[in-house]
Amino acid sequence: MARYAREVAVVAFAQSDHLRRTDELSEVEMVMPVLHQVLAATGLKAGEIGFTCSGSSDYLAGRAFSFTMTLDGVGAWPPISESHVEMDGAWALYEAWVKIQTGEADTALVYSYGKSSPGSVRDVLTRQLDPYYVAPLWPDSVALAALQAQALIDAGETDEAGLAAIGARSRASAGANPHAQLSGAVAQGEYQVAPLRTGDCPPIGDGAAAVILAAGDVARRLCERPAWITGIDHRIEAHSLGLRDLTDSPSTRIAAEHAGVFEAPVDTAELHAPFSSQEVVLRKALGLAGDVAVNPSGGALAANPMMAAGLIRIGEAAARIHRGESDRAVAHATSGPCLQQNLVAVLEGDRA
Amino acid sequence: MTAASPPEILRAPLVVEFPFTRSLGPVQSAFLTGLREGVVLGVTTADGKVMVPPVEYDPVTAEEIRDLVEVGTTGTVTTWAWNGSPRPNQPLATPFAWVLVRLDGADTALLHALDAPGPEAVTTGMRVRVRWAAERTGAITDIACFEPAGDGEPGTQAAPHSGEFADAVTGIVAEARLDYSYSPGRAQTAYIAGLSEQKTIGERCPSCHKVYVPPRGACPTCGVATTDRVEVGPAGTVTTYCIVNIKAKNLDIEVPYVYAHIALDGAGLALHGRIGGIPYDQVRMGLRVEPVWTEGGRFPDHYRPTGEPDADYDVYKELI
Repeated sequence: MARYAREVAVVAFAQSDHLRRTDELSEVEMVMPVLHQVLAATGLKAGEIGFTCSGSSDYLAGRAFSFTMTLDGVGAWPPISESHVEMDGAWALYEAWVKIQTGEADTALVYSYGKSSPGSVRDVLTRQLDPYYVAPLWPDSVALAALQAQALIDAGETDEAGLAAIGARSRASAGANPHAQLSGAVAQGEYQVAPLRTGDCPPIGDGAAAVILAAGDVARRLCERPAWITGIDHRIEAHSLGLRDLTDSPSTRIAAEHAGVFEAPVDTAELHAPFSSQEVVLRKALGLAGDVAVNPSGGALAANPMMAAGLIRIGEAAARIHRGESDRAVAHATSGPCLQQNLVAVLEGDRA
Repeated sequence: MTAASPPEILRAPLVVEFPFTRSLGPVQSAFLTGLREGVVLGVTTADGKVMVPPVEYDPVTAEEIRDLVEVGTTGTVTTWAWNGSPRPNQPLATPFAWVLVRLDGADTALLHALDAPGPEAVTTGMRVRVRWAAERTGAITDIACFEPAGDGEPGTQAAPHSGEFADAVTGIVAEARLDYSYSPGRAQTAYIAGLSEQKTIGERCPSCHKVYVPPRGACPTCGVATTDRVEVGPAGTVTTYCIVNIKAKNLDIEVPYVYAHIALDGAGLALHGRIGGIPYDQVRMGLRVEPVWTEGGRFPDHYRPTGEPDADYDVYKELI
């Protein structure tokens, strides 16, 4: 029996180059070329899209309702059906997928973007933490990831050399990704917050991505080899870090079970692991075999545009299926400190 | 009409501050009041686990939890990370370790800072003790930090506690300030640069030909970049207006005054501005106005009547 009411596929994906700064561009100016690119790939016009959903965070821009400005890049007149999540675009994709499942739309445009350059993203992200017990201490995103890394080292699951190898492999893979912010040999560098060194941490940058979803025969018409979303689920864990076993990610595992990851082998995994240590946790939670291509795009260690990097994982996995380089891929997105929230999707291409 | 030239990148500091006032429920109130009194409280779940810091609902069953217990002020580090370069607002200005500490009698861990001479002095499993802040107000920062404790210091068991204190803390003010450097992007840079020469620069949509003022770089109707720059105005027409009777804080303008939508000549939509140089009760739709620039001003201070006859309604009705 089919898992879902409707077949839904990613039929197109586009992303910007991810750069340390894009001062010359407003958010809409950064997003618009990506929107045009993804629409052009399908031949659809904005007015033909059934549902539009975006993901971003006002805290990155430091301005309220900044996402409404990027809607100008879509073309929202005559009025369109639109929504926004204050989350990574992977969750916007989930909302769009639900919209298609309910039969209210046959196609959806999903986009997300983040400019981290205007502020200090390490400090900005402290504002997503529990405001009573945690945020007043201003523990930055690297510090929280470092606590998780040390817990993994103490548990014997990795060591500093193992972490460095993850960063090195990611940036070597990114050599084939023209959009990546960091690629090739990058020095492991000094400790940022020990045990994490510069090479264990994601670059801070600006970027955008967009995906088009379509149902059934519409997908077949728009794309030679659609990347069917055969499973998708997302889960969250308790917000208090001290309640969690930081060496594990039960939310990822449960989401993966519900998405059907474990029902058949995958050949590709695009994991949203902004810190090298998080890849260790995710590999275990997803039970990835040694022959799976993990983050062939370079992953978030090569480019981590906040709020877009998770959607990019789905897009990269889908693009490999479009190109015939993958038959069954798992894509993962995360949000919050130490992998607090996790989304897992399985994408499959039709076999010849 | 001129083609867009490479932008001069503008930047300006942008500060976002929000002193959120947050109320506390009974559990958080007891915990934070306890810190003020030098006592650390946790809660006990139905299956007997002691949670410190306390949560209000069981994370597994979602049942409400109210059974408070007092735990020790010594504990054990469950994981740590050495912070060689403390950032602003963090608990210590000198290098320190971030730690998760399981206090004696507790089953969960609390995030805080550990004051230690260097990373070689920190290990998972080490014993630490609370260092209280000199002045305590009922906040997590009443724990100034943790400090190393001798292995010989006795641990304590959790003991029931009423959670009642005189003058309980019922709320916190969560201060936050974030500093940004704002860059307005290509289109708005051109607009701001134009204003510095007392010109109003719009951008025309290459598809529908509407002229946007101020331009944001995209035509929201067509979803394409507006790249053709067009100077509009300086004069314009009042399309609609309101009379402001409430004096805004820090605003040096006498009430009542008129705030209006003004369609500058050549613009495809109205922008807004204050109307001066005419009694407030004589402002009307169709009034022809022009900008008044003050010396050194980076934008028009207000608009005043030009003395021309009023515009015909049909000329501006599409712009209301």
